[in-house]
Amino acid sequence: MTGEKPLISVEGLARRFPTAGGKGETEIFGDVWFHVHHGEFVCLIGHSGCGKTTLLNILAGLDKPSDGVVIVDGREVTGPSLNRAVIFQHHALLPWLTAIRNIAFGVESRWPGWSRQKVREHCQKYIDMVHLTGSEEKRPSQLSGGMKQRVGIARAFAIEPKILLMDEPFSALDALTRGSLQEELLSICQNTQQTAFMITHDLDEALLLADSIVLMTNGPDARVCEIIENTLPRDRTRSDMHTHPNYYPMRNHLVEFLVNRSKRFREEISTSSYDPRHPPVVRPSASPEKPGTTKWAS
Amino acid sequence: MSTNLRAAMLSVVLFCAFCFAWQLWVGAQSGVAGDVDPEYAALLGQQAKGGSAVPGPLDVGKAIWAHIANPFYDKGPNDKGIGIQLAYSILRVMMGFLLAAAVAIPIGFFIGMSEVFRKAVDPFVQILKPVSPLAWMPLALYTIKDSGASSIFVIFICSIWPMLINTVFGVAGVRKEWLNVARTLEVSNVQMAWRVILPAAAPTIFTGMRISIGIAWLVIVAAEMLVGGTGIGYYVWNEWNNLSITGVISAIFFIGVIGMLLDFILARLVRLVEYAE
Repeated sequence: MTGEKPLISVEGLARRFPTAGGKGETEIFGDVWFHVHHGEFVCLIGHSGCGKTTLLNILAGLDKPSDGVVIVDGREVTGPSLNRAVIFQHHALLPWLTAIRNIAFGVESRWPGWSRQKVREHCQKYIDMVHLTGSEEKRPSQLSGGMKQRVGIARAFAIEPKILLMDEPFSALDALTRGSLQEELLSICQNTQQTAFMITHDLDEALLLADSIVLMTNGPDARVCEIIENTLPRDRTRSDMHTHPNYYPMRNHLVEFLVNRSKRFREEISTSSYDPRHPPVVRPSASPEKPGTTKWAS
Repeated sequence: MSTNLRAAMLSVVLFCAFCFAWQLWVGAQSGVAGDVDPEYAALLGQQAKGGSAVPGPLDVGKAIWAHIANPFYDKGPNDKGIGIQLAYSILRVMMGFLLAAAVAIPIGFFIGMSEVFRKAVDPFVQILKPVSPLAWMPLALYTIKDSGASSIFVIFICSIWPMLINTVFGVAGVRKEWLNVARTLEVSNVQMAWRVILPAAAPTIFTGMRISIGIAWLVIVAAEMLVGGTGIGYYVWNEWNNLSITGVISAIFFIGVIGMLLDFILARLVRLVEYAE
């Protein structure tokens, strides 16, 4: 993936907020560099307070960075765009609109010239895709949490974005619903070659969905610790993923990071040759020849 | 037995008890009236044989029925049917109220969008809101120089505050995530106002309208007592001048019924725009 130009390029991103006292600023995160390539699914993992949501809002164009830029498709992000759809943590459906009208809201904005009939057919396609056929005319209050988030997913895909941005989209759902939605999302993304960036703190979610995982250290002053390449085969499923020999090396690496390394990352970089522009890329695996090999991204 | 049915039965019992107590009180009054000088009693419109000036529930019931049977007669400026008087009042309330809505809702919408504006306008609203609308009456009479228009102005001024405050509150309180959704979908500002902010704030705005129409209906009676001529407020005052307590009590009844209907209509409108989250 190194030769190809990345679709999203996050370059030296930092976000500072004024401190509560009014004097000075607190840096939530800084010197954040990473890339997302066409068709790639990238997850970002970190503890709460490391600015995950802020980072996603900057990618979406809803917030502005204090330093650095986000470049999408060769252009700097200056505001929200229909090319970057967002699936919000709490679905964020408009409660006075029916499921299909919520989806149509984005579709009408994307293709203002379309006839009512065409908009409806287009929306119906995405309603069917997320298995909500029959619930088109229901309002969000009449839908379960999982169904609401399905509408949110349909709304995001219906505008056919270049990039899908997700902010812990399944964190408010129960485990069973979460599992089935993750699998659906995975298959939709694979079928459509969708480029996606997701924030999560669920390790298994990241292992199932992501091609690579960006590890963020604890905030304030959060940094990208390293980038993990998922060594599990691409045709993994939720039910057989844990039987693969690479599953535990991958998972243990992530747990070790979240439990220990995310806190003492400052000490760790003082003794290594950490370069924020090229955070180490790690491929945890069970194969003996290159266990936890560290290579440096070009 | 359902709660509603039991409540309805209790309502009937309460009403009967009230009428009974009323009748007892009127009976006790008539004894007192008997001691009054017959000439004075005649002046007060009482029957010389010792009837009371305070009507009993049956008299009032009969008067109300007579009003309902013939609400729209017109026998000159001092004797019009209660339907005509109520219609005048409703018309004034509607004009003042709609005028106030046309001013308060758009202005409230813009103020609500900007925190600076909201804070800047707040002291004016806080000072003007508690002023009794009738205090504006002399100013209105002096500047407008028309008593009918002045009473409409008084209605306008009293209904503007709840609508303004609620519109500002509703618009300012639109959930950030809904605005963010619209922004990520590159919705234009006009579309954002029309398709996100307005429906989101509509229940609060309509609740403001409901409060306003309640206040307007309270104020119109007092305003019409002051300006005179027509309207239910003038009617009440006229009946008092005629010493027709029956007329006053039946007017109170009709004022209450119309007020209830106005509130009911607005409550229905609120329910139309309400949404469950």
